Amino acid sequence: MIKIKNLHARVEEKEILKGINLEIKPGEVHAIMGPNGSGKSTLSNVIAGREDYKVTGGSIDFEGADLLDLDPEERAHKGIFLSFQYPIEIPGVTVSNFIKTAINETRKGRGEEPMDAREMLSKMREKSALLEMDKSYLSRSLNEGFSGGEKKRNEIFQMAMLEPKLAILDETDSGLDIDALRIVANGVNKLRNANNAVLVITHYQRLLDHIEPDFVHVLYNGKIVKSGDKNLAIELEAKGYDWIKEENV
Amino acid sequence: MTNLAQDLLSSFVVREPQLNGGRNLSIAALRKEALDRFELTGFPSTKDEEWKYTNLKPVLKHDYKILLKSDDAVAFSDIKQFLLSDLDTYKLVFINGKYSSWLSETTHSEFDICTFASALNKYPDTIAEYLGKAAPKGETFVDLNTAFADDGAFIRIKNNQTVDKPIEVLYLTTEENGPSFSQVRNLIIVGQNAEVQIVERHQNLGSTVNFTNFVSEIFAAQDSRVSYYKIQNDVTHASLVDNTHVLQERQSNVHVGTYSFGGKLVRNNLHFYSAGEHCESHMDGVTIIGDGQTVDHHTLVDHQEPNCYSRELYKGIYLGKGHGIFNGKVIVRQKAQKTNAFQQNDNILLSNKAHIDAKPQLEIFADDVRCSHGCTIGQLDKNALFYLRSRGIPKSEAQGLMTYAFASDALEYVKVPQLATRLNLVIADKLGINLEFAL
Repeated sequence: MIKIKNLHARVEEKEILKGINLEIKPGEVHAIMGPNGSGKSTLSNVIAGREDYKVTGGSIDFEGADLLDLDPEERAHKGIFLSFQYPIEIPGVTVSNFIKTAINETRKGRGEEPMDAREMLSKMREKSALLEMDKSYLSRSLNEGFSGGEKKRNEIFQMAMLEPKLAILDETDSGLDIDALRIVANGVNKLRNANNAVLVITHYQRLLDHIEPDFVHVLYNGKIVKSGDKNLAIELEAKGYDWIKEENV
Repeated sequence: MTNLAQDLLSSFVVREPQLNGGRNLSIAALRKEALDRFELTGFPSTKDEEWKYTNLKPVLKHDYKILLKSDDAVAFSDIKQFLLSDLDTYKLVFINGKYSSWLSETTHSEFDICTFASALNKYPDTIAEYLGKAAPKGETFVDLNTAFADDGAFIRIKNNQTVDKPIEVLYLTTEENGPSFSQVRNLIIVGQNAEVQIVERHQNLGSTVNFTNFVSEIFAAQDSRVSYYKIQNDVTHASLVDNTHVLQERQSNVHVGTYSFGGKLVRNNLHFYSAGEHCESHMDGVTIIGDGQTVDHHTLVDHQEPNCYSRELYKGIYLGKGHGIFNGKVIVRQKAQKTNAFQQNDNILLSNKAHIDAKPQLEIFADDVRCSHGCTIGQLDKNALFYLRSRGIPKSEAQGLMTYAFASDALEYVKVPQLATRLNLVIADKLGINLEFAL
């Protein structure tokens, strides 16, 4: 589905990604772990197309298309979704109008007809129930006054509505209490199928107890320095990151 | 002295005998004194501090006709789009400054919703009692208007009356006179515990330039409630100086909303005087303009008595080479303890050629007050824009959605739902967005 080859990227003058290689196939769950400042969020933002990050080398192929040529909205139309570490508050735009717009603009981008209003409404009800969100969420301004947990649930709600092929969860577990973590993970698991994939970016192992990864990669100093299965995450949780740093001095 | 000022002075001689108020000696004297003051000052220039950022020269240079004829060729179908057509309203329609009875719907039954010209005849004593009592002497455009204006809206609501439907006041200009300089005037007298909603609009229907010098005086008696909405969405060869002066007595509540989307040059001098305790003064507005357009909001709240509240919220969005000016002055007199005055002016520049001059001004002479003011000028938040785009919303739509949300914040106090809907549509249209996703 996605093939990242020798990806280099910088923010302003600082090189952050120094040659990332990663391939994710449909149906897989990959986790990227690593200490603070290793480049995890940069990788997710580069895939989603944030303009502050400058790609200086390498390529990203997404189902045969050169992703780096596309605007953020075009990437979304192709099926890329980024759950933000810090979702943005947009006063004056309600959750329901926002999601309606996102869905219909995505459909337009794909040359499809807008979603029927009734279908939209029933889907919103179904997905908000999945995330155990109160109905009143839908008429609130997007993320405005939301608690940390509400913001993250709202991200996964959007994911559920947009049904992406590749969902990137950037530190989705941060700021979540144990109940919210369960709800969010449960939501993600219900959305998984053989045709989509999930990339979980996290500092800790706890989210991976709920969303079980097929592959775990350790990102350190802009490179993937170690890959393994879910046991690698458990090892990291027990030993911390220092041994990784020592191995890669 | 400019040619226009000369023309005005000489046409006054022709005009004076026809002015309706000429028969009332006190009104005639008021006009003459006002003209004399104008003769001394002439039009303001950018050297005048209050006109520093707004250059009148380009709009005053035209060879305007001053004594205007009405135009019988205007039909209801021509003006329907400028009215709240899905709503039953009283209507006062003026064409080239002259009342158009066939397009209007007035009443004298319970309250007076009629014209300034007829009130000059019918109620000369009332006119003499109120005329010029809210609008200050010595302001050039007010003086000029006082000298010349012989028609406009006359609205008088007696004590304890609530007007059953909104009143629409529409000032139209046609090509009939060529470039035209019109001077119209509202006198709005709202009695104790009375309530009224007014929607006002100036519209040029033709292709020739026009300039309107407009004065509106509002007298809000004790416990009265006034909502006054100004839709400024004229063509780009129309200019307007709007002088609106509100005199509030105790416990009155007055809201003036100014929605500026059009015109070549629009200057709003909006003044509130709270002359009794526990008044509430609300003024807010949305400005969205682009190339070749200037909108200048000069507001004043003069807190003269204790325990009053004022709220001021102006949002501006500037595209292309649009030029905005905001000068918000709040005076709290020594006597006006426990005043609560809020002022906020937020601006977004959507192009690097757009321009805003913003100047909050607070003069506080009392020591136990709460006054806050804020002013922001910025571009759209990049992170928010990326967030929307990452959800599949194209850049232009994302910008539109964000600016729409920014602007619509200032429509919260619009009490007429049909007007709120209309304004939302205009805002969406100006920002080039599809309202389906914005509402």
